[in-house]
Amino acid sequence: MTSTNTSFLKGQAHLTKRHRAETRFQMMGRFAIALSLAFLIFMVGSIFWQGKSALQTHQIALKLDLSAKNVDPADIRSARFDAIIKAALRETFPDATKRAEKRKLYGLVSTDAGFELRNQIEEDPSILGGTQIIWVSASDDVDIFSKGQIDRHVPESDRRLDDQQIGWIDNLAENGAIKSVFNTKFFTNGDSREPELAGILSALVGSALSLSVCFLLSFPIGILSAVYLEEFAPKNRWSDIIEININNLAAVPSIVFGLLGLSIFLSTFGLPRSSPLVGGMVLSLMTLPTIIIASRASLRAVPPSIREAALGMGASPVQATFHHVAPLALPGMFTGAIVGMARALGDTAPLLMIGMVAFIVDVPKSFLEPATALPVQIFLWADAPERAFLEKTSAAIIVLLLFLVLMNIAAIILRKKYELRF
Amino acid sequence: MFTKALSITAVAMTAVAAPAFADRDQLKIVGSSTVFPFSTTVAERFGKNTDFKTPVVESTGSGGGLKLFCAGVGEAHPDITNASRRIKSSEVEKCAANGINDIVEAKIGYDGIVLSNSKQATQFDLTLADIFLALAKDVPAEEEGKLQANPYVTWDQVNPQLPAVKIEVLGPPPTSGTRDAFVELAMEGGCKSVAWIKELKSTDRAAYKSLCHTIREDGAYVEAGENDNLIVQKLQANPAALGIFGFSFLEQNSDAVQGSKINGVAPEFEAIAEGTYPVSRSLYFYVKKDHVGVVPGVAEFLAEFTSEDAWGEEGYLADKGLIPMTEAERAEWAGKITGLSNLAM
Repeated sequence: MTSTNTSFLKGQAHLTKRHRAETRFQMMGRFAIALSLAFLIFMVGSIFWQGKSALQTHQIALKLDLSAKNVDPADIRSARFDAIIKAALRETFPDATKRAEKRKLYGLVSTDAGFELRNQIEEDPSILGGTQIIWVSASDDVDIFSKGQIDRHVPESDRRLDDQQIGWIDNLAENGAIKSVFNTKFFTNGDSREPELAGILSALVGSALSLSVCFLLSFPIGILSAVYLEEFAPKNRWSDIIEININNLAAVPSIVFGLLGLSIFLSTFGLPRSSPLVGGMVLSLMTLPTIIIASRASLRAVPPSIREAALGMGASPVQATFHHVAPLALPGMFTGAIVGMARALGDTAPLLMIGMVAFIVDVPKSFLEPATALPVQIFLWADAPERAFLEKTSAAIIVLLLFLVLMNIAAIILRKKYELRF
Repeated sequence: MFTKALSITAVAMTAVAAPAFADRDQLKIVGSSTVFPFSTTVAERFGKNTDFKTPVVESTGSGGGLKLFCAGVGEAHPDITNASRRIKSSEVEKCAANGINDIVEAKIGYDGIVLSNSKQATQFDLTLADIFLALAKDVPAEEEGKLQANPYVTWDQVNPQLPAVKIEVLGPPPTSGTRDAFVELAMEGGCKSVAWIKELKSTDRAAYKSLCHTIREDGAYVEAGENDNLIVQKLQANPAALGIFGFSFLEQNSDAVQGSKINGVAPEFEAIAEGTYPVSRSLYFYVKKDHVGVVPGVAEFLAEFTSEDAWGEEGYLADKGLIPMTEAERAEWAGKITGLSNLAM
């Protein structure tokens, strides 16, 4: 009776085949994951590798004659700061005699050097009245040469800097007159055509303004729509059509929302072009479907027993929803909103149509002033001919990635910490 | 429901927003992405050196810019549009239909379009006819007046003096102004060198245009996107390929890529300025005269742009890659621009 029935082992060959198929599938899965991880590491790694040098910039020390004949202490702004800097350069390198050579020499320092000097004097007028050693920004070519991004061994005609310029830079370096400093301008300046002056502040502020408009519009509207559709709307053909449309809208390419914004917000309402207000409104059109869908899903995840208990205790449907169901669904709604906002933060296409792909130097101070956004800044820098913008582009991507990671971590924390599991 | 709520919000915001831009105190510039680096450089200096706000410069492309520019007069419309080609008569008409009759034309200089390859490969010495034969969709067959689909696979089939390398050219897509100019100057230039096609121009203009302006689609011409930096990087990775982009990108990357000679002339600053390099185009911007004196800073911006410090031979725009006009041309155009003389087609 207890004799083993081995008839089912007749399929042994079949069994090993099944085992092998399973192993094969698992191997393929691991390979796919390893491959995508490798791509991710390669991408992020190369961006970090290229972008890290943008955090440093170089300065040149110049011996400037700041006596009263050059700068009048009573009227500082009337002084010709560029001329003072040029004179100091000529004095340091008297071998630059011809006009073309002098131009090359003046090109060692940033075009902003004169403004920097003026600011330093205004901050501390006591440096006036004698010869002073002042540090000013180097030009982008000197900066990337000092970072080793221009190879001095290629033939002279193929370099951005010729032998004479490299000689000057070497001379400065030997005398300790070039130093590498933290690039604060990258975080405190707006855009600029000069790579050594270009910063991301105006783009960051523009993104923050647009996203706050986007959040203020899409979060309340999205959540109220979701609550109504999920808890109150009658289930009929109309609510089905609305549901299908919302799901479809979530998949519409973002440029379409830009076109919509162009024709409605700009042409019909006459709102100001390039403003974060319009940018935020367009982005909110894009994030609304995401928020509605996520919010409805989290409402659906609240057990019906909660609703029924509330109703059973005599609460009205509105009370049951807003006192009991919605608070439980709120962490999920926030998560959906943050994910939607993260997508909005990284999008350029809709902003193209409403004029936010623009060169903006001044940091926007209101929702109506022209502004740009972080991904737009990356796009514009990636397109610039100057070699030195390469590292700026990567650095701006790092900043954008950082914000995306932060927003996603916030979404995860909200979910883990506040979401109740039933 | 939510769209209704949204439109209510939007209407409410319009009411708040309306007075804020009723008097705009900042110049608005739109237009060509080729002129963008120059326009922004002037805008930045202008903002720094004067008490006016730094103008906002949008990169919309030449056609897109003129469309916005011609949409109307008033604070909501741009004051200046940049263009990497001349305004078309259809655009002037569109402007006029919207009440813009007085346009000031400003030519600012030249831009060369280069065909480059990696420094690891040998420099090409092409003629315009070589370029046309290598890149056109249909090329003239043996028999006069007949066409055949482009049969050439390697450069030496086009011209025995060229290397036996596969034809592979990376260039911008049709939406780009650089592509328009390349087609018009290089392709059509080579196309015209065939006698019977030149005659076709007067007899059947449409056929002539489609023959000369159509680039092959069998993979020899690769649309590499609007980003010229990307093309430069791809050339470094693939020494067999040629790339089409603006002169300023060649100048910035002269350690990695070299420009091909065209009709025996290498793409150098002087050759483009003199006009001996055949693939160069003029760059323009257009000013709405009705905005001069209304939007603060228009006249001053024009003065800054036309100063020798900016567009002169040693001006800061030349450092950015703009090829300046000759001294006589500069004087002529500066007079026209600052004198606000109307566009003459």
